[in-house]
Parts: sequence; C-alpha cells; structure tokens
Amino acid sequence: MATAQTRGLSRLMMAPSVGLLLIWMIVPLAMTLWFSFQNYNLLNPANVGFAGLFNYRFFYTDPAFFQSLWNTLALVGGVLLITVLGGIAIALLIDQEIFGQGIVRIMIISPFFVMPPVAALVWKNMIMHPSYGVLADMARGLGLQPVDWFAQYPLLAIIIIVAWQWLPFATLILLTALQSLDGEQKEAAEMDGAGFVSRFVYLTLPHLARAITVVILIQTIFLLGVYAEILVTTNGGPGYASTNLAFLIYRTALLGYDVGGASAGGIIAVILANIVAFFLMRAVGKNLDR
Amino acid sequence: MARAVSTRRKVVFTILAWSVALLLFFPILYTVITSVKTEGEAISGFSLIPSFTFENYVEVQTQRDYWRPFTNSVVLSLLSTFVALVIAVPAAWAMAFSPTPRTKDILMWMLSTKMMPAVAVLVPIYLLFRDWGLLDTRTGLTFMLTMINLPIVVWMLYTYFREIPGEILEAARMDGATLWGEIAYVLTPMAIPGIASTMLLNIILAWNESFWTIRLTTTNSAPLTAFIASFSSPQGLFWAKLSAASTLAIAPILIMGWFSQKQLVRGLTFGAVK
Repeated sequence: MATAQTRGLSRLMMAPSVGLLLIWMIVPLAMTLWFSFQNYNLLNPANVGFAGLFNYRFFYTDPAFFQSLWNTLALVGGVLLITVLGGIAIALLIDQEIFGQGIVRIMIISPFFVMPPVAALVWKNMIMHPSYGVLADMARGLGLQPVDWFAQYPLLAIIIIVAWQWLPFATLILLTALQSLDGEQKEAAEMDGAGFVSRFVYLTLPHLARAITVVILIQTIFLLGVYAEILVTTNGGPGYASTNLAFLIYRTALLGYDVGGASAGGIIAVILANIVAFFLMRAVGKNLDR
Repeated sequence: MARAVSTRRKVVFTILAWSVALLLFFPILYTVITSVKTEGEAISGFSLIPSFTFENYVEVQTQRDYWRPFTNSVVLSLLSTFVALVIAVPAAWAMAFSPTPRTKDILMWMLSTKMMPAVAVLVPIYLLFRDWGLLDTRTGLTFMLTMINLPIVVWMLYTYFREIPGEILEAARMDGATLWGEIAYVLTPMAIPGIASTMLLNIILAWNESFWTIRLTTTNSAPLTAFIASFSSPQGLFWAKLSAASTLAIAPILIMGWFSQKQLVRGLTFGAVK
C-alpha cells in the first residue's frame, strides 16, 4: 500500500528524531572512549597524551573502585528486593475491596513524584536525623539510643530512601498487571477449593512474572545511576562507605579533575548498563511482536 | 457472578491498606505540616499540630529568591516537553501509520539510547557545554532534557498512535476526505488524548530530573532540583523553611501525577505493561 512517495515522506518525518538521537548517542560516547585512553587532567592541561590502558588500570587498582562496585550492587539489589516484595504485597492488598480505594492509591503512589533532592533531604532531616528526626523521637520514647543513620549505616539509609521512592512504581505496575488477571479464573480456582497460597503460587505469580521482570529491569537502569540522593545526604561518605559507581565517576571527574580516569570509569559503567539493557530489550521486544 | 464480600473482611483489609498508605505517605504529609510550623516548633520533637504560620512561605521567597528556580523549572520542563513533542510526533506518526520492516529495529535502537548511563557521558557533555558557553543556561539544559526524554516520548506516542484503527482512514477517504482533511478532522482528534498523556508524563520526568539539572547549572538557570539540593549542608535552624520550599517544589507535580497514574505505567514500561 505504501507508495514510494509516502515512504519518502515518512523517512522525512523520522529524520529529526533519528538524526538527533544518533548524534546524541555517538558523539559523547566516542569522546568518553577517546578520553579513557588519554592522560588528561584539567589541572594540568599541558600534559596530554596517549595513556594506553593506564586509566583502566588506575581505576581498577583503586580500592575505592571495588567498594563502589560493591555498593552499587548492594544498592540495586537491596532496593529491588524491598520494592518487588513490598510491591507485590501492597498490590495484592489494594486490589481487595476496601473503603476509600482511590485515596489509598493516591497516597501510595505519591512518593514516586517527589523529586530526588526533596525526598533525600526530608528523610535526612525530618525522619532520620539523630537528634530531631521522627525515628529518634520514637527511639527515645521507647527508651532506646537514637540511631545516627548516615554515620552508622549510610548505605542502608540510602537504600531505604531510594526504596521509598521506587516502591510506588513497582506497586503501580504490579497492580496494573494484577487487575488484568481474569476474574473468572480466580473464581474457578476458588470454587475448586484452592487456598490463598496455592492460588497465589499457581495463578497470580505466573501472571505477574512478566510485570515483575519489567519492574526489575527498568528499575535497575535507573538505580545504577542513583546520584542526587547520595549527593545531598552522605556525599558518598563516610570515606567511600556510600559511594556508588556513578558517584565515584562524578568525584573523579569534577572533584579530581581527572578526565581520563573518569572516562575509563564511564566506559565500565556503560558495559554494566549494557548487560542489563540486553535483557530489557529482549523483554520489551517480545511485546512488539504481539 | 458478584461474590458477596463479607463486611468484616472488607474492614480488615481497609485498615491494613490505610495503615500502609499512611506510612508511605507520612514523609510527604510531615513535610507539609512542618512547612506551617515555626522554626522552633520544627525542631522541638514530633508533633502533628502546627501553629499554621505562613511566614516560611513568605521568607523562602524574600530571602532565597524562590521564584527564580521555580520559573526555571516551569520553563525548562514545558519547553523541553514541547520541543520533544515537535520532534517526536512526526516520527511516531510515520512509524505507526506507514511501518516498514525496519520500524521495529529503529524503535528498539531508540530505546537503547536511554540505557546509556548519564554519568558515563558527564565528562564530554561538561567539556562541550563549557566550550560552547552552555553551562548554566536554559538553552543548554532544555536541550539535555529534550534528548533524555525523546526516546520515551517517541515510544509512548507510537503505542498510542498504533491503536488508532486504520479502517477509519479508509472510511474517511471513501467519503472523499483529502489528506489534510484526514489529518485535521479524523486523526488529530483521535491522537489528542495520547499526545496529552505523553506531555503530562514528560513534564513530570523533566521536572524531577536530578543529575544534569544539578551538574550543569549554578544559579542562573538552576531549577528547583538544584535549588533544593543546595540546602544539603548540615544546619538545624531552617527546617520549616526547607519544608515550605519542598512543598512548593513537589505540589504541582504531585497533583499532575495523581491524574496520570495509568499513562505513567504505560510510558515507563515502554508499553510492555498496560
């Protein structure tokens, strides 16, 4: 049906998007790759030259690198665990018939719309602060010593904040998937005497599998790049205790002025993200064929 | 068909659900409450009853020039959304209405650009922006936000446009509609809801973007994300004011978010969950 004319027209219509994204993808990435093999420090701009794999070796042998890698994994893994398990539980709960469902839904999804710096500062100052925070008040009320979250458990504190932001996302997507589950199937299972647990394991969970995959993959993409939450709470500290890979690269680049080293770190981050992206693209791609 | 739900069961689940909801909503609620407390009240222990003072809102504006970051946020999120839509609507349109065997590959490739970690290109972007004088300008930041969200915009529009039935075009053509007639009277009205949803989600994403907006600005073009992040230094005497600034920063987007729950799922999962 498509004539040569309409094909030409549709190419013209796609050109701006495709062209811009092509430049957007290639130019900065090529520059990062180029810098990663260069000696390039902004404090010493005269000394620029080919560095071979020095930057990668420098980044690799830096003890902060392995700690940040571990922190990145702990952050992503911890948040995923909380949001997926919590998301399933809350989605099942608000899928029941309850009074005021609309308001409950609105309250539960709200944290997702709070900008990261606000979320982090509210938790830091008003919830987790060791002397004025709500948790400290509660601890004192129970006769306990308040916890200094950002000094004692910095990474855990950040995991809690980020999980709070992403729990609504997981809940909302799982709830949407849950609501598309065939009610008659559920009823049939119930009439056959299937209890809550077996209905959940054999009916609900398989139905949610796809949504859970999507939640895990999309969140991973965003969680690998958690930045503002760390910046305004711990600034990566104490030491490197709450520095993830993204934050380490930022530190190397804009605080250490080491363009070469930061670029090598950037390439490592790209490789990590690509491993995740590979699986996400397969999951989304399947949907297109349907 | 309608299964009788026992009232007791409903009450139990209602109490449970409300407890969870209030717990999750508490930090936001407490921020709003603290914003109408005095600074003294804000640090004198847990209390849900403020003295309803509005001086914090006044002081945030007079002392910290709140309107500049607020205006920047509004301008940046609206402008970047508008530019992204102008670029993306024709592309999504072409892909939805005259797909070729390569359309799917192009869409997947667009999605893949979203996978690039922002921090990996921080150095080149920063250096290019410095050399081109784009640091701390609205132009530079609008460009960044547009590029970041363009793949999502194209995808969302595509999934909406694809649902417009092709038969309706044929019917219009049989009735003697011209190409422009088709676009103006048949397709556009059907496409408006999809475009509106896409716009809404994109404004939310642009408003809350907190990596480039913090790193590429200092004062002139700093939006609310950067403004709030600048309060991170440890001080104890400004919590009520910080709460007022935070409440103002999240309120517009919170309300928009409430209206766009369904579109949010669709947009953020690239149509994989509807």
